[in-house]
Amino acid sequence: MEKLITEFSFGLFFWHSLIFIGLIFLLKKFAWKPILDAVEERDNSIKKAISSAENARKEMETLKEDNSRILKEARIERDKLLKDAKKTKDELIDNAKEEAKLEAQKIINQANISIKNEKKLAIKELKNQVSLISMQIAEKVIKKELDNTNKQEEFLNKLIDETNIK
Amino acid sequence: MTIVKSRFFILILLFFSHFELYSNSLEKNIQELEKEIKEYINHHVLDSHDFNLLSYTKEDGTKFYLGIPLPVILWDDGLAIFSSSKFKHGKSVVKSGENFYKLYHGKIYKTDSSGKIYYDNNKNVINTSPIDFSITKGVVSIIFVSIIMFFLFRNLANSYKKNKMMAKGIGRFFEPIVLYIRDEIAIPNIGEKHYKRYMSFLLTLFFFIWICNMVGLTPLGINVTGNIAVTFCLALLTFIITTVSGTKYYWKHIFWMPGMPLPMKIIMAPIELLGVIIKPFTLMIRLYANIMAGHIVMMTLISMIFIFRNWIGSSLSFMLAFFIAIIEILVALLQAYIFTILSALYFGFAVEEEHDH
Amino acid sequence: MEIPAIVGGGLIVIGVGIGIGGIGRGAMEAIGRQPDAYGKIQTAMLIGAALVEGIGFAAMFVL
Repeated sequence: MEKLITEFSFGLFFWHSLIFIGLIFLLKKFAWKPILDAVEERDNSIKKAISSAENARKEMETLKEDNSRILKEARIERDKLLKDAKKTKDELIDNAKEEAKLEAQKIINQANISIKNEKKLAIKELKNQVSLISMQIAEKVIKKELDNTNKQEEFLNKLIDETNIK
Repeated sequence: MTIVKSRFFILILLFFSHFELYSNSLEKNIQELEKEIKEYINHHVLDSHDFNLLSYTKEDGTKFYLGIPLPVILWDDGLAIFSSSKFKHGKSVVKSGENFYKLYHGKIYKTDSSGKIYYDNNKNVINTSPIDFSITKGVVSIIFVSIIMFFLFRNLANSYKKNKMMAKGIGRFFEPIVLYIRDEIAIPNIGEKHYKRYMSFLLTLFFFIWICNMVGLTPLGINVTGNIAVTFCLALLTFIITTVSGTKYYWKHIFWMPGMPLPMKIIMAPIELLGVIIKPFTLMIRLYANIMAGHIVMMTLISMIFIFRNWIGSSLSFMLAFFIAIIEILVALLQAYIFTILSALYFGFAVEEEHDH
Repeated sequence: MEIPAIVGGGLIVIGVGIGIGGIGRGAMEAIGRQPDAYGKIQTAMLIGAALVEGIGFAAMFVL
């Protein structure tokens, strides 16, 4: 203890306190503050960069998810559209077929009717004709009858044979 | 490899600086040599009024000194300023104004014109000594270290601006240390909330002690941190900062320890109060004693080489001195680290806030 | 230096030696148990050793 006190030099203590406190403040202003600020700023920027990278990655992920979702939706939509189109097509074809059938039926019916009419007309005509012919025949027969009874008969039979009407 | 080389270089330089021991050892007997070595070591570890690099005895018996004289500033009812070369290494009396001064074993005493030194019964000098504000070797070293630190760290600070937040050059070496002090010393001990206030002090403290210790290992014979006045100042600063920043909780813990029975509280108060003083006191003594002891051991081992004067003893001493020199490099860092971390710990105690435990 | 002081110094050295030895031993065992916590254990060990050493030095200089 005694040695310590005798060794203690007030001058050195004085100068050292002065210089050391001065040094603390000088270094604080010119070195430690800028260094620590710079380091902190750098750390922050690194942290920011990391977090932004993380965000970008997440965004990418969501984007990817979105993309796949949209793709899926689009596929569904396409399938639906295709299905619809097919359905419409089928319907159209069916309709057309139906209509065509109906039309055909109609045409056939009309044809039948007209055929029937024609037939009727033709029969009528034929009847008229037949009556006309029979009239003429009758005329001729009557004319001939008046000539020859035998022949008359023969002739009549022959005529009847000829005019075989269904 | 370069580190090992530079250490070796330092050691070689050390031998040159102790050249005088060798030149003297040839013609003196062992007892005289031992006495001289003791004096030499004593002289080396203490502060001195001139920056002495080399001294040896010439053939005609006069001593030759190589060094730089430093200004002596005394306060003795008025300022007295003169060069330390006037003392002629303690041989002559200096007259300044009305008074006469004499340098005796590294200390300046007031004497009469003949320069007589008076002793009491215990061989202590009873001459009065003036208040000594001299720019001594220690002060010069402190200024030197401060300038080095200032330029070193200002350079580091500037290199951030220039190189896009990247340290460059020698800053690359110091930047991780600065970060280590922040992340491993300040934040864990003081806490995230308060540590910023103490960073300047802790960083300056650490680098100042470390650089001073390292400079002390060079053969310039500087012993700054091994001087009680310097360590007293450093410990005093720690003490003042701790006391000033002490919270209510801290003082409560010292004077009226919570959670203890009353008689224990009464017993604990003086012990805790003593602890407040002892903490910086041990800080002061630890650094001083470690560095002082390191210097003494190293110089003793080097001196042993000249005492043994045979191959085995001297080479053994050399090996030991070399080993100790390397250990001292470690101790230089370790002491700076311990001083800083303990200061941080004490600041941490002071700013600690109330919590359950 | 008087004889009592020398004896006292010796006692201090013994005490501090035992103290630092114990701290070192504890640290080594702790590192052996938990090699991952090497850094923290080392720091704690240094602080402890420094405190013991400080007490030792203080006693030495009070002598």
